[in-house]
Amino acid sequence: MMDKVMTLDEVAGELRDGMTVGIGGWGSRRKPMALVRAIVRSGVKDLTVVSYGGPDVGILCKTGQARRVVYGFVSLDSIPLEPHFRAARQAGSVEVMELDEGMFQWGLRAAAQRLPFLPTRAGLGSDVLRHHPELRTVQSPYDDGETLVAMPALRLDVALIHMNRADAHGNGQYLGRDPYFDEWFCMAADRAFMSCERVVPTEALLAGGPLQSLSINRMMVQGVVEAPNGAHFTECPPDYGRDEAFQRAYAASAKDDAAWEAFRAKYLDVDEAAYQKAVAK
Amino acid sequence: MTEATRADVCAVAVAECFRGDGEIMVSPMGVTPTLGARLAKATFEPDLVLTDGMNLIVSAVLPLGEAPSDAEVEGWMPFPRVFDTLWWGKRHVMMGASQIDRFGNQNIACIGDFHRPKAQLLGVRGAPGNTINHATSYWVPRHSARVFVERVDVVCGVGYDRAAALPAPSRVGHEIRRVVTDLAVLDFETPDHRMRVRSVHPGVTLDEVREATGFELVADGEVPTTRLPTAAEIEVLRRLDPKGHATKEVQS
Repeated sequence: MMDKVMTLDEVAGELRDGMTVGIGGWGSRRKPMALVRAIVRSGVKDLTVVSYGGPDVGILCKTGQARRVVYGFVSLDSIPLEPHFRAARQAGSVEVMELDEGMFQWGLRAAAQRLPFLPTRAGLGSDVLRHHPELRTVQSPYDDGETLVAMPALRLDVALIHMNRADAHGNGQYLGRDPYFDEWFCMAADRAFMSCERVVPTEALLAGGPLQSLSINRMMVQGVVEAPNGAHFTECPPDYGRDEAFQRAYAASAKDDAAWEAFRAKYLDVDEAAYQKAVAK
Repeated sequence: MTEATRADVCAVAVAECFRGDGEIMVSPMGVTPTLGARLAKATFEPDLVLTDGMNLIVSAVLPLGEAPSDAEVEGWMPFPRVFDTLWWGKRHVMMGASQIDRFGNQNIACIGDFHRPKAQLLGVRGAPGNTINHATSYWVPRHSARVFVERVDVVCGVGYDRAAALPAPSRVGHEIRRVVTDLAVLDFETPDHRMRVRSVHPGVTLDEVREATGFELVADGEVPTTRLPTAAEIEVLRRLDPKGHATKEVQS
């Protein structure tokens, strides 16, 4: 079986300007932050970022690498409003497609099934359709004749996810309580890259958690990166919780240019090893 | 008996929103909604399905902030299953509202023009899908004319006028049941589903509610007073909120 182990910077090197990048996790939970930091170092730009958004979206808006964001929400959970994303929206510096959270999932699933769209009632009557005239409706061909939202496939060039454990072949395991939508991100993408807390031998996976925790199989994944503490500062239970103090410092970096430049110099314009050293307690 | 605070009255008014809901998932957003939902489950709606706010279905009715033990967990509700459940219709959500209008259209997305907002808020989150699929209520901890507006800037949660414009099959799950605030309980039980004052909290006048509302409220005849908690309910509330989080959200 293929050995798919890569480095963070090798994954970032696979991205090209203008790509559509899906990022797994949810809000400030189990986000592939080490990969996001590698994207910042790479300088790749004009990205469309597709995410149940957290600091991944905030950072890529602030660095100007996200030209467009597709999301249902952008939040840091314990800090409800993502300050860098807010600033970008209020400055008009980023294009958006703001979807109902369920519509978003449907878009990933349509892409994963290679369908043009999937029907849903979510969005009917709301301003989501008014703000995004490219979203269309479809009439049921059956006797009910109901008009439904035709949620278009959210096709991704690349998906990035972070798991607790993985093997070198791309089998991934979450040990927390929620798989989120990571598997659909992977299947919606041409290529998916998975960082993890620890790469373990295949035969050690089931010793770490139940069968149901193996939510990602190797067909879904083209690259694996071992990135301990790689979801920091978002949570990655049971390995670690959210670093709330660091998240507050991150949020405070939106105060003014000087605060951001200081944050960026210390935590983003450095390699992952230096980052981890800087945040070690 | 300890005297009931305004926060207690609000928690009971929230609990009343879920009366008759039976065996469905109730998703309360925020302190007072969570307390109210737990009060309902602990008293008159024991079959409600409540989570820890994340991914565990919790069988026990626990104090706010207390994590369940393994023996107090009855099921698993990860986010993908939440969407399955809400599209299934077996759910009643209580959301917040940055703005709400007379037909119950709700905004949590942004203030100002969507394409260049003055203030970006949360985004539409699950509000469009929630409101079109199952019962929805709202909690507004500070009743004011900034929240209760003539027109919301973005329709996230779908109100009755928007729903009425849809064909019948599309609104099969639509119901905006109540809006509970620190001043009053409001509903939409009018012929054209305009917001009505269902009751005013003890010590609040109808005029105060009207002054704090940016549109004309329906009020038929003598508006009742929101009921006080029973002694048994007060006891449950003190057990569920020993640190008094709800009194920080709603001042007496």
